[in-house]
Amino acid sequence: MPPIIEIRNLSKMYRIGAHLHKDETFRELLVRTLRKPWVRRPSPLAEATGYSDDDSIWALKDINFDVEEGDVVGIIGRNGAGKSTLLKIISRITDPTEGFARIRGRLASLLEVGTGFHPELTGRENIYLNGAILGMRKAEIETKFDEIVDFGEIGRFLDTPVKFYSSGMYVRLAFAVAAHLNPEILVVDEVLAVGDLAFQKKCLGKMSEVSQGGRTVLFVSHNLAAVQSLCRKGVVLKEGRLVFNGGANDAVDHYMQMVSGPGETSHANVVDLSRAGTRNRKYRPLLRRLELLTDNGVPLLGGIPIGAPLKALIHFRLESPTPSFDVGLGFDNLYGQRIFSAHSAYEPKRVHEVREGEQVFVCEIPQLTLTPGEYKLVAWVEISGGVVDLVEDAARLTIGESDFYGTGKVPRSGTCALENHWRLQ
Amino acid sequence: MSQTFELVVKPRKGWQPLDFHEIWLYRELLGFLVWRDVKVRYKQTVLGGLWALLQPLAAMLIFTLFFNRLAGIQSNGPPYPLFAYAGVTAWTFFSNAVSASSNSLIGNQQLISKVYFPRIFVPMGAIGALLLDMLISLVLMFALLLYYRWPASLLLLELPVFMLGSFLAASGFGLILSAMNVRFRDVKYAVPFAVQMGFFVTPVIYPLNYIPARYRLAMSLNPMTGMVEGFRHSLLGTAAQWNVMGLSLAVSVLIFVTGLYTFRRMERLFADII
Repeated sequence: MPPIIEIRNLSKMYRIGAHLHKDETFRELLVRTLRKPWVRRPSPLAEATGYSDDDSIWALKDINFDVEEGDVVGIIGRNGAGKSTLLKIISRITDPTEGFARIRGRLASLLEVGTGFHPELTGRENIYLNGAILGMRKAEIETKFDEIVDFGEIGRFLDTPVKFYSSGMYVRLAFAVAAHLNPEILVVDEVLAVGDLAFQKKCLGKMSEVSQGGRTVLFVSHNLAAVQSLCRKGVVLKEGRLVFNGGANDAVDHYMQMVSGPGETSHANVVDLSRAGTRNRKYRPLLRRLELLTDNGVPLLGGIPIGAPLKALIHFRLESPTPSFDVGLGFDNLYGQRIFSAHSAYEPKRVHEVREGEQVFVCEIPQLTLTPGEYKLVAWVEISGGVVDLVEDAARLTIGESDFYGTGKVPRSGTCALENHWRLQ
Repeated sequence: MSQTFELVVKPRKGWQPLDFHEIWLYRELLGFLVWRDVKVRYKQTVLGGLWALLQPLAAMLIFTLFFNRLAGIQSNGPPYPLFAYAGVTAWTFFSNAVSASSNSLIGNQQLISKVYFPRIFVPMGAIGALLLDMLISLVLMFALLLYYRWPASLLLLELPVFMLGSFLAASGFGLILSAMNVRFRDVKYAVPFAVQMGFFVTPVIYPLNYIPARYRLAMSLNPMTGMVEGFRHSLLGTAAQWNVMGLSLAVSVLIFVTGLYTFRRMERLFADII
């Protein structure tokens, strides 16, 4: 039997200049054309074959792999590695520049939760609309309608416009529709990173049900544990190229080695925050650098075990003499939930004095008892109680599995490990 | 099914024909998009669908007062309010359809960049939803015919031809403009202005015979000239000017076909540049 998906030499080029021309107005085009009428400017994303110039980047280059029917394939890679581009091409949202993907089956893609939801429409109406947008037939939606409503736990709000829903309800409803998609091939981007934890579990459960039903699934995620538990196969992308194709566990191992190796900025122990892309534009770039060390000053590379000490040096700048300033360091899980915040204001021995210029705040956490997994660090500076600079995802920290309790039992569930003692009476 | 269904995703180049098979497969979604636009349009309004009646009715009253009573413009036969209402019905559909469809793609960015379906559904859905408004305002047309005791005739059977012509013209412009709008947001600002100017070069408030005969064929290169005349001809029995109406119909079809191909050519870039 031929593979259900065949990907051959798939490449996608973007012109970096393209986004500069995105907002080019008609007048600008006219002016440019009048100035140099003989230069035929390539269309913004010209299908340039063979030539490379400085403004173009290959978001994907020469990707080759097959997916067999019934495979559940995890696609992993750093941000910008081309994962989403790959899914977009397979789902036909955008064309490849070169190569092709041959798909033998009905494919549905779920690149975002709640695509096409209309705030003015009721829950009931949105189930139909969203279902149709995701490629369900009306009859199919009708048969699954009650199941969707149950799954989404929206009950009596079914006939309320979704603009009045809480964000949790909104996500639950959107997910409920998506979870009932029934195509031969399902393509899922990192959409599990929303919603509350309990509901995420339910969705993961539904997804594994789907994958056990012999359906082919392509799944992009940063949640390596989810990839390991849901997927049989794994593909690792790096800078637009496929660097690994094999079993899911091996793919995760490969990825872990790749990200903990040198040269990977956000996993390195020193991160330059002065030009961080994850800073909201409204903030002034006061944060300079984040350094992560183990307690005895050894640069932290890769990860630390559960309950190990962590020392963070936050370099920042005060533009004028400032009497009241504080620095915070947040630990978010990959679902974007804050697990723990460290804050200089929590320090009872905090000395308040007027400072100006380059500063370093040292934060020491004697026991970082988070459960194994990857965490995003958020760093921020406050002046007089208001946030003046904040960088999301400033660095990634991996907590490795370790024998925290000294019993050989690794605490994997929950968000943190706390000492607990038991005795029979 | 997986054995019978095969799809190759590869770079597309140049002019693409319309994929009717795919449109058929996705037909229910088009229905849902029309339904959504209809549902949402008058949400949280007190008058709801009555707006589809109030707009042409108010326009009719104002036009009658200013252009007929004060400026002395006469119709070519029927009472001026009927004359104006028939024209306004066609023109309102056209202008609303062009405005709505030209902004439809950029108003549905999320859909374009996150899910695949025939892109043409977005502008066409916006226009489809407005067809309903035209039908509602035609109901009032018949009430007005009764009120003015103006006889309707079998010429009514020709009305669908002119409705179709208006639909094709609006769709053609809508397809071209919505696609251009993805790249050049100027379209968003140019369209309201162009539509307003179009109103004056279309015989909505004045009969075509106010225009010197030698300019009438040039006027009918504006597809709505013939459609407005056609609406009046079939609803009110005004004299048929088949050269005008025929030329306008031909232009409508031409614009529609041009729109389809232009759209198909540009659609592959939508997700990347929207």
